[in-house]
Amino acid sequence: MTLTVEALSVTLGRTPVLQAVTGLRAVPGEVTALIGPNGAGKSTLLKAVAGLVRYHGKVHLAAQDLAGLTHAERARRVYYLPQESTTRAALSVFEAVLLARRTTHPARGREDLARVERLLHTLALTPLAERDLGQLSGGQRQRVAIAQAIVREPQVLMLDEPTSALDLHHQLQVLAWLQATAREQGIGVIIAIHDLSLAARFADQLWMLGAGGRVCATGSPRVVLTEARLREVYAIHAHVEWPADEPPRVTPLAALNALGGTDP
Amino acid sequence: MTTAVAASSSSADRYLARRRRHYVLIALTAVLTCLSLLADVAIGPGQYPLPAVVAAIVAPDSAPATLAIVVWEIRLPVALMAVVVGLALASAGAEMQTILDNPLADPFTLGISAAASFGAALAIVLGVGVLPGGEALLTTLNAFVMAMFASLLIWLVSRLRGVSVQTMVLMGIALMFFFNALLGILQYVASAQSLQQLVFWSLGSLSRTSWPKVGIIAAALALTLPVFFVAGWRLTALRMGDLQARAMGIDVARLRLLMLLCCSLLAATAVAFVGTIGFIGLVGPHIARLLVGEDQRVFLPLSALVGALLMSLTSIASKTLIPGVLLPIGILTALIGLPFFVSLIIKSRREVWG
Repeated sequence: MTLTVEALSVTLGRTPVLQAVTGLRAVPGEVTALIGPNGAGKSTLLKAVAGLVRYHGKVHLAAQDLAGLTHAERARRVYYLPQESTTRAALSVFEAVLLARRTTHPARGREDLARVERLLHTLALTPLAERDLGQLSGGQRQRVAIAQAIVREPQVLMLDEPTSALDLHHQLQVLAWLQATAREQGIGVIIAIHDLSLAARFADQLWMLGAGGRVCATGSPRVVLTEARLREVYAIHAHVEWPADEPPRVTPLAALNALGGTDP
Repeated sequence: MTTAVAASSSSADRYLARRRRHYVLIALTAVLTCLSLLADVAIGPGQYPLPAVVAAIVAPDSAPATLAIVVWEIRLPVALMAVVVGLALASAGAEMQTILDNPLADPFTLGISAAASFGAALAIVLGVGVLPGGEALLTTLNAFVMAMFASLLIWLVSRLRGVSVQTMVLMGIALMFFFNALLGILQYVASAQSLQQLVFWSLGSLSRTSWPKVGIIAAALALTLPVFFVAGWRLTALRMGDLQARAMGIDVARLRLLMLLCCSLLAATAVAFVGTIGFIGLVGPHIARLLVGEDQRVFLPLSALVGALLMSLTSIASKTLIPGVLLPIGILTALIGLPFFVSLIIKSRREVWG
């Protein structure tokens, strides 16, 4: 089911964080990358869609206005994975993933266990299944959190910087796997991400937010990621390349100062 | 088919095996608690042989009259009181640690026990009741009302916008100092006789136990434990952190209030009848966490049972350490529990709290 966001505004305290964000669509089976500089409101946008912060405006899943659902029903359809989990819970990896399943779905005994086991296997977490969450590295915990998200079978899955704690190997692995999961299960996957090369490579659509919580551009990576727009939104001088036989490359060359020049 | 079996002999089976070990551990603790309860009934000033005591418990009508009275009217209520108070304090401590995300949270550290002591002191020193009527149970009623009042204050503070659990904990600690100060004032102005009574009350004792008191604490347990069990998955999810628990669809604020109310009821009832008994609410959950982790399906029952077992063992110790003298149990809980706790911390590879 397609997620649409219209005229969404969020004010935290007295600070307007998002201002009439509109025209966003996330289609089932596609990966959408949410990009933009620090403080543009990427996390806030995802939290608003999940119903975790108060907002004005409309968030629809197909024809359903999500504001009309209870918090639990909304969380079953639209799941937000926070940027960083600092939990030190004395739970094993297996227990933590099973827990995520049980908070949405009624218990199915052996069937649930088999599902958790398959997922752990896919994410290469089987050797860690009995490990406590508190004993994991940041990257391992990140992958457990992703397993917790997928096991809930949401219709829209939003991940806040899912690759920030991962090494290069796991960045590629996790993003490729999220892309495959979106395609196979018809989930709409939305990823807030800083690495524009990875965004260009794995996303079908980009949402670019700029300072002041406005939408600067939406569309395919080739349309959104232009050198002129990166100069305008990120204040950087960058090379954007689309080689025929290699993944796209966004190479930041220099940070621009207020006058449009580069600092020495 | 064989490949499916071979594949499933990995993490799911290891999880089930681990779960079975946890259930065995719970059953074992329950059996030990029953044995300790029996020993608690059998040990006492009148030297009755164990088989006779067991016979008197099972069939009081066919037992000698004095033995039946000693067992049923004196020893059994006290021994059972130790068990239900242990269950109540440890399960309250377990859920307080869970909802406040703090390993030091228990009825003591949050000022609930201090408030109860102050309520009791009002009755003992000044003869003032916080509620009209109830002359016979003045001390108990005062302690109960003040304990509930303290937790209500903590909850009210938590309702202010943007207040974190850390603020709630700090509020609890501030309350503890506040009520201790008020208690100090009362102690300062108290007569020698009421001061002695007050000190005895605050040391915690099972000696004023009666069947109705045991029944009331058991009723509080019957009311709250099912709530804990029903909320089990949500409480476990809370350990993932507030934001993730909310993303999982849990109404964190409501869950926290419901649990705070249940914990306060348990702690206030227990403290009102037996005085302040420390350490059990803190250490029961920690021992359970070290042994089975924080999945509430095993964490809560084991916390409660460890609390009950420790209280029962302490009750036995309070009679036997100095022959002929019944020590107040509140003095001993820490002395008995500490070595056990420390040895577990040192042996366990699991961190007590992140």
